[in-house]
Formats: sequence, C-alpha cells, structure tokens
Amino acid sequence: MTIRNDMTLAGVKAGAGLEAAVKMDRASVIGVVRDSGMKGRGGAGFPTGVKWNLAAAAQAEQKFVVCNADEGEPGTFKDRVILSEWPGLVFEGMTIAGYAVGASEGILYLRGEYTYLCQSLEKYLHERREANLLGQNILGKEGFDFDIHIHMGCGAYVCGEETALIESLEGQRGEARNRPPFPVNTGLNGMPTIVNNVETFAWAAAILANGSEWFKKIGTEKSTGPKMLSISGDVDQPGVYEFPMGTPIRDVLAAAGGEDAKAVVIGGASGHCIPASEFSRAISYEDVATGGSVIVFGQDRDMLNAAENFMEFFADESCGQCTPCRIGNVKLLEGIALLKRGKCSTKYLRDLCSLGETMQVASKCGLGQSSPNAFLSIVKHFSHEIMNRTSAVNAIGVSNE
Amino acid sequence: MSKTNPHADKSSRAPVSQQSHVVNEPTSPDAIGAQIRVVIDDNEIKVPLGTTILEAARQLGIHIPTLCHHDDLCVAGVCRVCVVEVEGQRTLQASCAYPITQPIVVKTHTRKVRQARRHILDLLLSEHYGECYSCFRNNNCELQALAKEYGVDFFRFGHPEKPQHEVDRSSYSVVRDMDKCILCRRCVRTCIDMQEVGVLEATGRGDKTTISTYMDKPLGEVVCINCGQCINRCPTGALRANDPTDEVWAAIDDPTKHVVIQTAPSPRAGIGEEFDQPAGTPMTWEMNTALRRCGFDKVFDTNFTADLTIIEEGTELIIRLFKNLVQNDSSLPLPQFTSCSPGWVKYIEHFYPEYLSHVSSCKSPQQMFGSLIKTWYAKINDIDPASIVSVALMPCSAKKFECNRPEMSDSGYKDVDYGLTTRELAQMIRETGIHLPEMPKSDFDDPFGTASGSGVIFGATGGVMEAALRSVIEFVTGEKVENFYDHADIVPVRGFDGCRYIELQIPEKVGPVPEIIQHLVPNWDWLKGATLKVGVAHGTANAKKVMEDIKAGGKFSECHFIEFMACPGGCLGGGGQPIPTTPAIREARAQAIYAEDAAYGKAGKARKSHENPAVLRLYGEFLTDGPCGHKSHHLLHTDYTPRGKYIG
Repeated sequence: MTIRNDMTLAGVKAGAGLEAAVKMDRASVIGVVRDSGMKGRGGAGFPTGVKWNLAAAAQAEQKFVVCNADEGEPGTFKDRVILSEWPGLVFEGMTIAGYAVGASEGILYLRGEYTYLCQSLEKYLHERREANLLGQNILGKEGFDFDIHIHMGCGAYVCGEETALIESLEGQRGEARNRPPFPVNTGLNGMPTIVNNVETFAWAAAILANGSEWFKKIGTEKSTGPKMLSISGDVDQPGVYEFPMGTPIRDVLAAAGGEDAKAVVIGGASGHCIPASEFSRAISYEDVATGGSVIVFGQDRDMLNAAENFMEFFADESCGQCTPCRIGNVKLLEGIALLKRGKCSTKYLRDLCSLGETMQVASKCGLGQSSPNAFLSIVKHFSHEIMNRTSAVNAIGVSNE
Repeated sequence: MSKTNPHADKSSRAPVSQQSHVVNEPTSPDAIGAQIRVVIDDNEIKVPLGTTILEAARQLGIHIPTLCHHDDLCVAGVCRVCVVEVEGQRTLQASCAYPITQPIVVKTHTRKVRQARRHILDLLLSEHYGECYSCFRNNNCELQALAKEYGVDFFRFGHPEKPQHEVDRSSYSVVRDMDKCILCRRCVRTCIDMQEVGVLEATGRGDKTTISTYMDKPLGEVVCINCGQCINRCPTGALRANDPTDEVWAAIDDPTKHVVIQTAPSPRAGIGEEFDQPAGTPMTWEMNTALRRCGFDKVFDTNFTADLTIIEEGTELIIRLFKNLVQNDSSLPLPQFTSCSPGWVKYIEHFYPEYLSHVSSCKSPQQMFGSLIKTWYAKINDIDPASIVSVALMPCSAKKFECNRPEMSDSGYKDVDYGLTTRELAQMIRETGIHLPEMPKSDFDDPFGTASGSGVIFGATGGVMEAALRSVIEFVTGEKVENFYDHADIVPVRGFDGCRYIELQIPEKVGPVPEIIQHLVPNWDWLKGATLKVGVAHGTANAKKVMEDIKAGGKFSECHFIEFMACPGGCLGGGGQPIPTTPAIREARAQAIYAEDAAYGKAGKARKSHENPAVLRLYGEFLTDGPCGHKSHHLLHTDYTPRGKYIG
C-alpha cells in the first residue's frame, strides 16, 4: 500500500532513542514515555507509560516484551507498512521497553499472512545483533541483555487480543484469558509481559529520540502525537496516512479523496460506523478511537451488506469460548439475513440490538465486546434505509421465521 | 489463588486460559497483607486477596447463578452466566473468575446483569437441542434450572428443531450427545485438568466450536478410561452412562431367568441423594428390600468379594514381598498396585503399560463375584449358569466396560452381564413406584450374605489399603489390629489428600503363619522389625504424580503396596454416582461408609476380611487349594492389555 503523506517516523534518527534511553535509569525512561501522554496505538488506548510502569514494578525472575504484529483488523495495514519501512524503529522501541521494564526477551508476534516479511525482519535482527543493539550488554550498558525473536501467527483474528496472543505463544488454542490478572502481572508463562502494538513501539523509539514535549505538542490534550491510518474503500487514493490526533474525519476524507462518502467505519470490523452527518467528529481516544482502520463507504453502498460482511467475519473469527460472542454474532448475522428479506419485525430488531448491548458488556474479551459495534451503529444511523426495506415487505410480520 | 482450584499447578496440562491465575501483585497498596473490603449488594465482607467475587458472595449467602463453574474444577469464565456489575467498570465481570485484589463494590442483580443473563440463557437454548421430558437429566439439569430461575417462557432467539449430531454410543461406558452440549467445557477441564487423561478438547472456532476427541474418533476408540467423571460434571444431558436398564428389566420379566444383583458399598452411601435425602444418608438395608420388590431374585453384597479380594491380593502381596525380599526374585515386582478400579486399570494400560507387571492379577470384586455366581453359587443351588443373569450395581461407569472385557468369562459365561450405575438403579426403583427411604430394612441373601466392615470401606479412598492392612497386620503379628490402632481404624491411610505415603512399623515379635497361607511362606522372621511402606492415590491426576515419582525413583518407588483409584474420593465419587458431586458431598458419603464399618464393630460382626465366615466357607468348600491357588487363579485372577496412548 502506498504511503500518501509525510511520515514523521521517516525523520526519526535510527538509534537515537535507544542511545538516549541507556543513558537514563529505567524509571526515567518510563517517565519520558508517560510524560509524552502516548496511548496504545492498537486501538484500546491504554497509556503506554502506565503499562510499562506496572510491568516494571512487578517482581519476577523473567519478564517479556511482546510486539503485537498480528494486524488482523479488517481494513488495517499500517503496521505492515511500518514493518516494511521502519522495522529498526519497532525493534528499537521493543529494546527500550525491555530496558525500561527489565525484560530480557522480546517476541514479535507476526501475522501469519505477513510471512513474506519474516526474512527481511530476521535480517534486520541479525544486523542489530551484529551492531550490539541486541544481545548482551547492549551499547556497552553493563547487564542490559535483550534479544528479540519472531513468532508466526496462524491466521486467527482473536490472537490479536493480547491474552489470546499469549496463549498462542504458549502453544495453546488462541483463546482470551480471564482478566484480572493482567499480562503486565501474569502474562507469558505466568511472567509479567507487556504487549504493545507495532506503531506504539515505533513511536516509543521516536519519543526517546525527540523527547516527550515534541510528541505532546502534536494532537490533543488527551490524545497526544500523530496517528497512522489505513484508509480504504470508496476513496480516490487509498493508502497509509498520518494525521495528528484530533483531526476531523472530514479532513481525513478530504486528504484521501472521499469527501462525498455516505459513511465511514472507523476502527475496523469492530469499530463504529459514522454517518456523513457526523464527519466533524475527530479521530482521537476521546471521540472516535481507532487502531488505524478507516473504511469509506460511497453513496451507492448498501450499509446492510456492510454489516452482513462484518458479522460473517465475527461469527467465524470468534474463538468460540464465551456464550455471548460465540452465539451472539451468529444471531446478529441471522438477523441481518431476516432484514435483507424484509422479514425482521421492529420488535425482533430491538431484541437484536439489546443482545448486541449484552455482548458489549458480557463477552469475555475485546473481540466479543466490540463485535456488535458495527451492527449497532449501522442500525442506529441507517435505520431508515434498513426499516424501509422491512416495512416494504412486512411491517409487523413474524419476527423469527 | 482460588482455593476451589486444587488441581491447577504448573505441571497441569489444562490450557492456561482455563486455569485460574496466580495473583502476583496486589494492585492497591491498601490490599497488601490485609483482608480486602468488598461490598456486594450493600452487604460488606472482608476477604483475603485473590478470593473471587463468587466466593465472597457465597460467604455472604448471596446467590449468583453459575454454569461453567464447578467446585472441583479450575476456573473457566466462559459461560458468562455469573456476570455481575463491578462499580467503575464498563463491562460486566464473571464473578467466578474475578479475583478481588482491591476494595470493590459489586451489584449482582441490576437490570443490566439480569438482561445479560437472560440473553445468555436465550442464546444457549437456541443451540440446545432436545426436549426436557425425554432427557435423563430432567429435573436435575442446570440449564433447565436456570431457565426456570430466569423465567424463560419462549425461545427468543429460536430453538433447534432437528438434531445436528449423531449420538456417540461407541463406548460401553459413556454416551455423548453433542446436541445437548452447551460448550461449558466442564468435561474438558475434568478430563485434562482433573483426571489428566485428555480425551476431550474444544476444536473448531466461532460457531463451529465443538467438544471433540482426537481426530473426532468415537469415544470407544480413544484413550478414554471410562471413569465417567465428565458425566458427573456435565450440567446438561450431553454426557451420560450407557444405560442397560431395558435389558435388565427384560431379564427380570423373563421367568426362565434367575436374576441376581450384587451391590457395591458406594451406591448405598449415595442413592439416598436420588430420593431427596441429604448426602451421606446410608440406604443399605432399604435398598435390599427395594431391589427385591423390583424383581431381582437374589440380592448379594459385593463386599463379600471385596473381602475375598483382600485375601487374594494380600496373599499376592505376601508372595511378592517374599520373592523380592527373601528369594531375590523380581519377576513379580514391587510395589504392587491395586486392581479394583477399572478406570485406573485402563489408565495404566494406556499410559504406563510398562508397569502392568506391578498391577495385582486379582480381578476386581465385581468380576470375582461374577465368576463365583456362575460357578460356585450355581453349583450349590443347582441352577443352570446359562439361565443366570448377573447384574452389578456399581458407583462406576468404567465397570460397564470392565464386565465387557473379553477375558472376563472364566466361568464359561459372561461373568457379569450388566453393570448398573447408582443413578440407573434409582431410576428403576422410581419406575416401580417405590420411595426408597420408606422401605422396610432387609438383609442380603446367602451364601454371600455376611460381609465384613473391611469390604464396606472399599468405597472410600484408602479403604482397600486399610482393609488389606487390617488383615496383613493380623496375619504377620498374630495379634489383633486393635492392639495397634483403636477400633481397628487405621486412620493414617484415611483422608482426601491426593497422594498419601504411609510407613508402618512391623514389630520385632511376629506370629505364626496362618494355616491358609502356610504353603506359601515358612515363617515371618524376614519381616521382623521391617518398615512397610504403602501409598494411596485417588483421581488419575494424582495417580500420574505417583507414577512419575516411581519412574523418577522417588519415595513411592520404595513402596510395597499402592492403592490407586481413578475417581476423586475413591468409588464414592465414581462416575455412576448421583449428580451433582462436590468435595462436600463426597466427604458426606465417606462418613456414611466409615459409619457403616463402625456399625459392624458395634454389632459384633466381622470387620476384617479374613474373619468373614462366608469367605472362609468358600475356601473350605470350593477354592480348596487356597488363596492364589490353581482354582483361584483360574476364576479370580486375570491379566491386562498393554494398550499404549497412541491410537491409529
């Protein structure tokens, strides 16, 4: 995918962040990351500095740094670009994290479909070992030992959820764990583990290189820094873009040539559908949060088809562990089929929406908690389009044929 | 760590997602070293760090519904029925899986919670095929009970109209009906984590998730040990025992058949639960009457052959000890393993076949009884053995497999025709319109009528060991056990610890060799002052620990005799016992069993196997060449099949 605008990461001096980090004590490194206000770039938006601090505080004989490169969210491809263009920054960020939390082992959990990247990434790792940027006494810092290896994913969407990813790393079925305890406390092999997104690690390296103030100046008060977005769908120029946090959706669409869109789904299949009337809303953790996926729907798109596509995905990709997600997604999908045939009563649609709300609060992990988002927001914003279809056939008909 | 999870440790094979996790670090400084304040529905309680919300609520007497949670199993947190609202959290939390690490305020029945639970039930019911009135778990089904609790009056999200799966009846012991499965994974956790057998696992993903065996093979073709613990923990009717009651009724209704039933000790301690009695209500004598009214021609006590087992197995132990310690002959190695538990026998055949020479060649009491009924009993009563239908009432699902082993036909016929579980007999009794607790009491039939207290305690873990020790101590010392242990209660071998190791000192003063085994050992001088080392393990996860210890040359490898039971608590926790099962229920059943043993003493009846007059009569009249003699070997002993754990 093409890089479409200027990328801050391209200007970050390789190695500067790590060099700065090893000159500081561990707490100060975490302090810089915390002061930058950076929140996780995977979408959930947990403050990175806080996460590192929790792992640093945990007492254990071993700790792990895991880079979540299982970029499986439909419509997201910015991590792939980062890993192709600036893998050094990602590894550097991981190494800084290893230094900060006291971990000696880093793992890049790479999406199965990105196997083609594996060879070049291994080459980079080799070069870093040669340059003493990995290995023992890194950059001459006594006792700073850290190395990274790559673990291939096998195509399960749920393995992007951090605890399922850890299960997968341990050789188990990819299934989310109960939380608490959290991975920062009890993660891989029961040891404190930080799991961060590819982009988070790259920015962490940049923050250490340029300082927290530099990062904080970009974006909004609660959402600092730049954010990379993968824009796809009905736009003239799909690709990877970078915007400061807080950029209105309208501006994002204008940059990509999709101003006349009917709606965008932000945050991927598990994200929210935003209608044109709300394009003034901003990409930020306090407004419309996203891990990076922006899918644009043109005027002639049928939103029910979009919802169906998303729900098919979730019915298949649910790990099958908890009831709300395993069966709930199927029921929403079946509901869409009823809607398409005009056979879903308003009462049953209400039942389905209420079910969706239960899934959001009662599912075991983020997958089930966010899987009904697209369905619910499409029904909310496009009820006219959807219910016209229903009433055209049978307004109060039997709900569940 | 949750105290309801005695099995989860690092050696466990259960997926980590299904184990409860150790909480390393309190997240609030207030929590360190202190009891944590929790407010649940405006009730306050202080609990230790790591207590789950569910446990705290139970301490307060607040009911939170559960489905995938089970007191015996590690935490799963998958059904989500037990969700509650924790103040300050956006999502609901599974109370069974939420360890309390800081002060929290919990609400257990807000609108959001009630709605979520109802939705979850609606979803489960949309995939649960079957009608309650044609299910053996009718009125004892956790899903059905929850549907009532939450007032389910219609299927909001539909209900399957047709079965989706074929019922797997390939196993003699366990029937799987996946149409009723709600994927709570209790069976998976039972099999992998509690029993460490690992036959069942979740496969597939999303809406295609199912519980499956290796390569989806039928249960009869995998390494299932038939223990049936999964049945006892299944919340619905997805797992049940292979039920032969139709055949048993047909035999009873056939006037040309002589139908006899032997009853093991554990069903008596459990069957009351099927008739609304509290756990641990013994029903021995009422059950005898009920069995006769059902139409069984004779009602026998399996304890008779339990006593016989002690004589045979004890003799075998003495032979092994003598060979190894005196004659330097290790052809029959030590430690000797018990062979009463058919689940354990199949476990070792699959997982440790190289140790089969350690397993006592004695048949289980059920099979010894089977051989004797169609030989000695038939002979002294002048009954054609071909017309005898021999039924065994057992707390066990593995006994069904055992009686169908091809080698179990030394009488010239199938030694035991049908194995009935406690649950199945309760059903037969209900069908005859009998309310068991109201039955008048009656005794067992002769010639096997009188058993000893030692036979009774076979039902509890450590019971076989205690029974054997009572006899061995008296054989060797020539003194009464009571001189060493009050009331002959060998308390050190009792209890519920998973693996127990006990040393017993044999005194310097030994007695004469009893007449019955004089041809086997000349004297006891070689045992003077020796230390007898014995072990007890119950549940195959614990059996595995002992076996691994033996392999590694640990202390259990120095044992002389080890009792293994496949089921937790021993037979009283067997896979054929009433549902539900919990540690508390099993303890109550154990109390009933030990009380019956003690009652034998109070009534002046035999409490030691070698004092059982019927056993002595058997050796006098029929097995005339004594214990482990030629005839006994033919009828009462068997051999085993090294099966291995790899299947084609």
